[in-house]
Amino acid sequence: MSTPANLSSATPPAQEPAAVGGSAILAWLYVGIPLAWGVSQTFIKALALFK
Amino acid sequence: MANDSLLDRSRTIAGPGYNRWLIPPAALAIHLAIGQAYAFSVFNKPLGALISGDVSNPAPDDWTPTQIGITFSIAIVLLGLSAAVFGKWLERVGPRKAMLASALCFGGGFLIASLGIHLHNIWLLYFGYGFVGGIGLGIGYISPVSTLIKWFPDRKGVATGMAIMGFGGGAMIGSPLANNLMNHFKDSAPQGVAPTFIVMGLIYLVFMQFGVWTIRVPADDWKPAGYVPSTEHNEMITTGNVSADNAIKTPQFWLLWVVLLTNVTAGIGVLETASPLVQETFSDGAMGAGRGVTAAAAAGFVGLLSLFNLLGRFFWSSASDRLGRKTTYAIYFGLGILLYALVPTLGRSLQLTLFVVVACVIISMYGGGFATVPAYLSDMFGKYQVGAIHGRLLTAWSTAGVLGPLIVHTLHEHAQEQGLKGAAAYQNVFYTMAGVLVVGLLANLAVRPVKEDYYEKGPVTIEAGGH
Repeated sequence: MSTPANLSSATPPAQEPAAVGGSAILAWLYVGIPLAWGVSQTFIKALALFK
Repeated sequence: MANDSLLDRSRTIAGPGYNRWLIPPAALAIHLAIGQAYAFSVFNKPLGALISGDVSNPAPDDWTPTQIGITFSIAIVLLGLSAAVFGKWLERVGPRKAMLASALCFGGGFLIASLGIHLHNIWLLYFGYGFVGGIGLGIGYISPVSTLIKWFPDRKGVATGMAIMGFGGGAMIGSPLANNLMNHFKDSAPQGVAPTFIVMGLIYLVFMQFGVWTIRVPADDWKPAGYVPSTEHNEMITTGNVSADNAIKTPQFWLLWVVLLTNVTAGIGVLETASPLVQETFSDGAMGAGRGVTAAAAAGFVGLLSLFNLLGRFFWSSASDRLGRKTTYAIYFGLGILLYALVPTLGRSLQLTLFVVVACVIISMYGGGFATVPAYLSDMFGKYQVGAIHGRLLTAWSTAGVLGPLIVHTLHEHAQEQGLKGAAAYQNVFYTMAGVLVVGLLANLAVRPVKEDYYEKGPVTIEAGGH
């Protein structure tokens, strides 16, 4: 993920890769899948309020 | 150094090109696990029926709800205490060793507790889940915070919001996971609780390893590509660094302690009363036969609050990067006072939809308060020992964990003794919490920049921070 344009300057870009990259995507999936499961379970429970 | 182990801070310094977007998932792997603590109540009924085998008809020797509830209280108190005690150690040894310690304590706590459940020895349950697990909670909670702030100097609120959002999400995973496991093991052990504790302990121990081995600290001279610190002077963002020992000598630390204490105490007022409040206020008697809020709908209301607790952590903390921390807290308190004072009126006038909306906004600001405070501390004291300072501030959370329920139960019981029912039985709780928020608002308004006398002299290094 690139840095927002309004933070850029003349400083030479260095150590951060321009794109998120495959390892970061896998890392986000590792935590995102259980979180999405938990959120969906809670959301289903919350629907009872509107029945 | 040749003798450095893989766990040492020096072995976790990121090389050139390391992707900083790997750090939030590493932090989330810890917070999603330890956030399970907020789902401990899922065990209340099964733990109270280990002997009788019937949750609706406990035996005389079964553990009482009060006895079981103490487990969670011990864990929350230990969270605050261990965060305070181990904060400086964390800054010295780095996040990897701290995360491993957290995983071992949190996962190990489950295993010890399972033995206590198997033997029906409540002291082992207290020691395992409450004491050992609570230490894992405290170390785990603060372990990624200063690292995230160092990796995201341009978006401190976003970064810490993501991690602390995970703590809210952890309960959403932990509760259905525990229910599914207890159902799976129900024929092999009383209520299936002991084997559930073993499996959950092992799952969390393994799951957290991702954070342990992925986490990296940036090199001292690292900056995000293209990032230039703002040259615009903002007196509420320090250019100095204050040590944890000096921070607690400043009035700013104690004002922020009061800010966190009041925000959490008031939020607990809603969380503690959510289910009975909505059922009693919008009962069949008040709304008309068949139109009242059922127990299932009340559970849905609690679930909805959990979602807004989670979303608020990310939304408000991210917003604070643009609004400024002091302004963000002024919104929590200013808007919070109005909304808390409005709740009894909405209850009396049976405005269910508005009531739900208001409660969701309130709880989003409760979560936001947790997520914004690390960035506030970094603004006030610098990033040098912000993890340790955050740890010490979390004693306010432990205090609120005792104070909030005490206020709620005392006022509610008093109202019931006076014969008040429905919304009326809760109105003093909400008016009192609005008053608590006034104290928080004043404390926040009193926050001023830290005097330079407290700054570290000369350049600071992490190694120096540990001594």
